[in-house]
Amino acid sequence: MAEVTLPPSLRDVEPVRSVRTPARLDYQFTAGDATSRFLRNVARKRIVGQRAPGGRVYVPPRGADPELGQPTPEEVEVAQVGTVTSFCVVNLQFYGSVMEIPYVSALILLDGADLSIMHLIQEVPADEVRIGMRVEAVWRADAEVEPTLESITWFRPTGEPDDADVRIPGEDHGTGLGSWVGGVAPTAALVRNPRTGQGGPGGAT
Amino acid sequence: MRDVAVISVAQTRHRRRVRELNEVEMLMPAVHGALDQVGMTIDDIGFTCSGSTDYLAGVGFSFVSTLDAVGPWPPIQESHVEMDGAWALYEAWVKLQLGEVDTALVYSYAKSSPGDLPMVLTRQLDPVTVAPLWADSISLAALQAQALIDAGKATEAQMAEVAARSRAAALGNPHAQLAWDRPAAELLEAEPLVGPLRRHDCPPISDGAAAVVLAAGDAARERVERPAWIRGIDHRIESIHLGLRDLTVSESTRLAAQRAGVADGPVDVAELHAPFTHQELILRHALGLADDVAVNPSGGALAANPMMTAGLIRIGEVATRIAAGEADRGVAHATSGPCLQQNLVCVLEGEG
Repeated sequence: MAEVTLPPSLRDVEPVRSVRTPARLDYQFTAGDATSRFLRNVARKRIVGQRAPGGRVYVPPRGADPELGQPTPEEVEVAQVGTVTSFCVVNLQFYGSVMEIPYVSALILLDGADLSIMHLIQEVPADEVRIGMRVEAVWRADAEVEPTLESITWFRPTGEPDDADVRIPGEDHGTGLGSWVGGVAPTAALVRNPRTGQGGPGGAT
Repeated sequence: MRDVAVISVAQTRHRRRVRELNEVEMLMPAVHGALDQVGMTIDDIGFTCSGSTDYLAGVGFSFVSTLDAVGPWPPIQESHVEMDGAWALYEAWVKLQLGEVDTALVYSYAKSSPGDLPMVLTRQLDPVTVAPLWADSISLAALQAQALIDAGKATEAQMAEVAARSRAAALGNPHAQLAWDRPAAELLEAEPLVGPLRRHDCPPISDGAAAVVLAAGDAARERVERPAWIRGIDHRIESIHLGLRDLTVSESTRLAAQRAGVADGPVDVAELHAPFTHQELILRHALGLADDVAVNPSGGALAANPMMTAGLIRIGEVATRIAAGEADRGVAHATSGPCLQQNLVCVLEGEG
């Protein structure tokens, strides 16, 4: 390769080691049909999901059933009480966070739903939150309710006994066996096909 | 080489703004349309590949949520390209050539409307030297058009004729967004938008989706009467640095056309992804198309230009005409990047 030489005029110029090129783009987000309906209902203090033809209820709905790949036209209201299926105690303050640490961010399976929503757990010490804990939604004052999940300020324990048999949604994919059976990933024989009804425990149905 | 064919094609009606649906809701009719036409479900599909870009939605990994439209359970073999769906089709074609699968679903979609599209497209430019200047897609196309005019290779009147012919052809396309019948001479009376481009020289901004089913050999013959066989497919890329290219020609299209075998037989129909009128003139030359070839009978990208989808639609339009017996051999072209930077050429044929 030919040797690269600088022209004399650039010889004493400080070399450029990096450049910064900040960029910003603004978008007008539209939620779509299913999510818009969900958010409008939140503004009325109702939690409304969509049921797939196969029976699962998605909250919040996106309009599509990821198992069947089909629209989910049927709307169903679900409870405002649910079970903690997973949680995380946040001990670090991060940019943009408005919460006082420590606080709990949890996946909550509302009664009647087959998909967890993520929300905050408050009114209980962070180290007392556990999987299976029963919690209920705490809403903002009526005048402050808007089409956003932030209209639920947080969830708090109901005081009911824990759900010892808590379902982890999405883990069993209808097999009832969990996603990993004895440390083995699901095979075709263990997986139920939601379109054909074939497979799953006990073989073809 | 295995024989691989397009056996099913579906697309949405393209619109300037689809506000009432999210991307997966917009996509579902295309995916299910393509599968239903050949009596298939995702269980009959060996490989699924999609094309889209996160920059249009302004959301990272946006393709993951649109995968819900196909029903990816039990687990499917799946891939995604951050490109026009034509390149997703190329990946699926390679997968079919490997012989592991006999069928593939290819889809692509774009909601271009949430952002300022010409500005969003600046993010595909060289991030150090050009992108910081925010050179928008229309201005870059105007530079190319001016270079073409200065070189004596095109006139504004010829460009207007491309617009008039494409938009009139789009009157017969039920999926088209923009269609009208006006003489080219009248178009030239308009003021330039970004000189020398007038509004009619530019594509509409479109929201839309498309899907295609591919099948190999007997899997194709069993399902449809007249598969549109892919006889050649190739794609080539040129420098991102516009100053290093002769913008008045498309060397990558010429090379891809050569490798795909465009000149190996007569061409009945050509669907060219030319978002701007002058680009059709460049592409016709690069592909070596005869004057009697029916170019863009669908109206092309001037009728609807859903990003990441318009290229796949070109393949679909040619395949549809072959399946219907209206054409025996056709050429489909897809482009990506500024000023025809990357180009894909696909030759399709019917049998008998």
